[in-house]
Amino acid sequence: MSKKQEMATRRQFIRQTGCCLCALAWPARADVPLFEARYYEKLPHRKIRCSLCPRRCVIDDLERGYCGVRENRGGVYYSLVYGQVVSAHIDPIEKKPLFHFLPSARAFSIATAGCNVFCKFCQNWEISQSRPEQIPATFLPPPQVVRLAKDKSCPVIAYTYNEPVIFTEYMYDIAVQGRSLGVRSVMISNGYIEPQPMRDLCKVLHAVKIDLKAFSERFYKELVSGQLRPVLDTLVLLREENMWTEIVYLVIPGQNDDRKELTGMCRWIAAELGPEVPVHFTRFHPMYRLANVPATPLATLTMARKIGLDAGLHYVYTGNLPGDEGENTYCPNCHKQVIHRFGYTILENRIQNGRCPDCRALLAGVWE
Amino acid sequence: MVLATAEGVRNRNRSVLSAPLQRLLDSAMESYFQVKAGQAWKSLVRPNDVVGLKVNTLAGRGLSTHPELVEAVCERLQEAGVAANRIVIWDRLNRDLERAGYKICTSGPSPRCYGNDVCGYTQQVYEFGAAASRISRLVVETCTVLINLPILKDHGIVGASAGLKNFFGAIDNPNKYHDATGDPYVADVNRLDPIRRKHRLTICDALTAQYEGGPPFMAQWSWPMNSLLVSADLPALDRIGWELIDEKRQQMKLPTLKQAGREPRYILTAADARHGLGIADRERIRLIRCTL
Repeated sequence: MSKKQEMATRRQFIRQTGCCLCALAWPARADVPLFEARYYEKLPHRKIRCSLCPRRCVIDDLERGYCGVRENRGGVYYSLVYGQVVSAHIDPIEKKPLFHFLPSARAFSIATAGCNVFCKFCQNWEISQSRPEQIPATFLPPPQVVRLAKDKSCPVIAYTYNEPVIFTEYMYDIAVQGRSLGVRSVMISNGYIEPQPMRDLCKVLHAVKIDLKAFSERFYKELVSGQLRPVLDTLVLLREENMWTEIVYLVIPGQNDDRKELTGMCRWIAAELGPEVPVHFTRFHPMYRLANVPATPLATLTMARKIGLDAGLHYVYTGNLPGDEGENTYCPNCHKQVIHRFGYTILENRIQNGRCPDCRALLAGVWE
Repeated sequence: MVLATAEGVRNRNRSVLSAPLQRLLDSAMESYFQVKAGQAWKSLVRPNDVVGLKVNTLAGRGLSTHPELVEAVCERLQEAGVAANRIVIWDRLNRDLERAGYKICTSGPSPRCYGNDVCGYTQQVYEFGAAASRISRLVVETCTVLINLPILKDHGIVGASAGLKNFFGAIDNPNKYHDATGDPYVADVNRLDPIRRKHRLTICDALTAQYEGGPPFMAQWSWPMNSLLVSADLPALDRIGWELIDEKRQQMKLPTLKQAGREPRYILTAADARHGLGIADRERIRLIRCTL
């Protein structure tokens, strides 16, 4: 099943998260108060400069930034998506994918409209490339999100499906609320964010998954409408902040599957981030503006995984390949299998207190 | 293309007067088509057409397509045989239309008037070059003809905004296309099939124009130009619009758009062989000036 199919419609969302929603009289979008954005500076003539992401958009009065969800009104910058949830679902944490963070945990996953890049291969383009007024949304203030997560026995809230950088204020406030009630927060992101907002988020988040979309500026320019360098900077920052981080690399045939590029990336990760950062090489399926590109051959994913292991990375996975041996976790010391997966399902987890049950080696991750 | 000007189009309070404006419109149409105004309109539309009038209302009352001009166009369209309720005045949002002085109308015998937020966007993504957008359902499914009624103004990102830029209001994601002074995005959007195929004529409202500080209305940088620019050739119209803004900027001791680092090169791109939307070479544009 594709991500698109798995995402809940608003109706499904209300049905699934249901019981308490009916009792809450949520206002329609027009009645929701505007929320002033946190990262911007005022310029002359009612202009502003956004300082949330590396684009640093300069925005005239009545205009929006590249993300389409932050608007200048009279020289004050507002988030139009604070509390405006367009999709919600309960997913296994493995779907994010986070393989070394609370295995099997249920993640209460939410999204708003908008994104700060324009990937030609986006799986969720219907929401990520839309403006807030183009999609029905449900107003969920942070306390309600946390309460829903707890009511549904979800120890984790995931900010996912679209790019959470663009709703950073909302994510931050939920994460603060969640911390006080024992619910952890994970950010599923492209890493295209300025250092200060990322550092602020590191104070309240528990894990981050970064989509490293390629290891070339050409790819980022042509297929993402962004830049690689700021994403690498974010990864280094996450390392400095000791944030648990996993990396996903969607392998697209003919675009970012060059052996040299993959080798360069894996070596960079090993050297700059350390060998214990899990890297997931996932299979591309024809999508959005790359509908004419074939799915990734299995051999390419196997090759990518081998390149990662040869570069000294300890945890290298294949993704979107249910049943492949590359889905499992192996002890980097004795090489025995410690977690057996099939797709997003864990068939066996042998890890004991964060250690290999056979050789007692410590396994990197957040296991409890 | 035609640049028609009438100093008497405003009263002492600087409000636009309907009757002189109607005469200005007729004069511009006759100069452009070289036939009587009535015949010109009949050559553009047929009674069974649904005619979309794309106005520009982002900047509020100070710098939006004048309702008086839209009213004059509606009158001539009806005289050409198009029923009032087959005319749709539209822009991105109802909110913007209302702030610019339009009344939202989605039914009844009079011309319709509403934003894309009422009708939504296609599910299909249309692509050309760097552009990939969903288009207003009003453009794709409702209208058979588009008449473009932009305004002439400076634009802080793309340099100048007139006919080509106005069709950013037809797509769902204009925020994605403001990099690199809108080049080639503005040209690419105008090549999206439903827009290119249905656009028949642009009548640019330069009754009030703005040479700096756009796209929002800045009274200190606007001036009563009292003119209309008419052409079916969008790059040609925009090339002249760019020239007029630069002339005014020089008159006001401001750097040209090129010197300011926001030369609207998308206009030249729109006229290149790949886009083929018209002529942007100033030497090849025949400009007819008429003054009432």
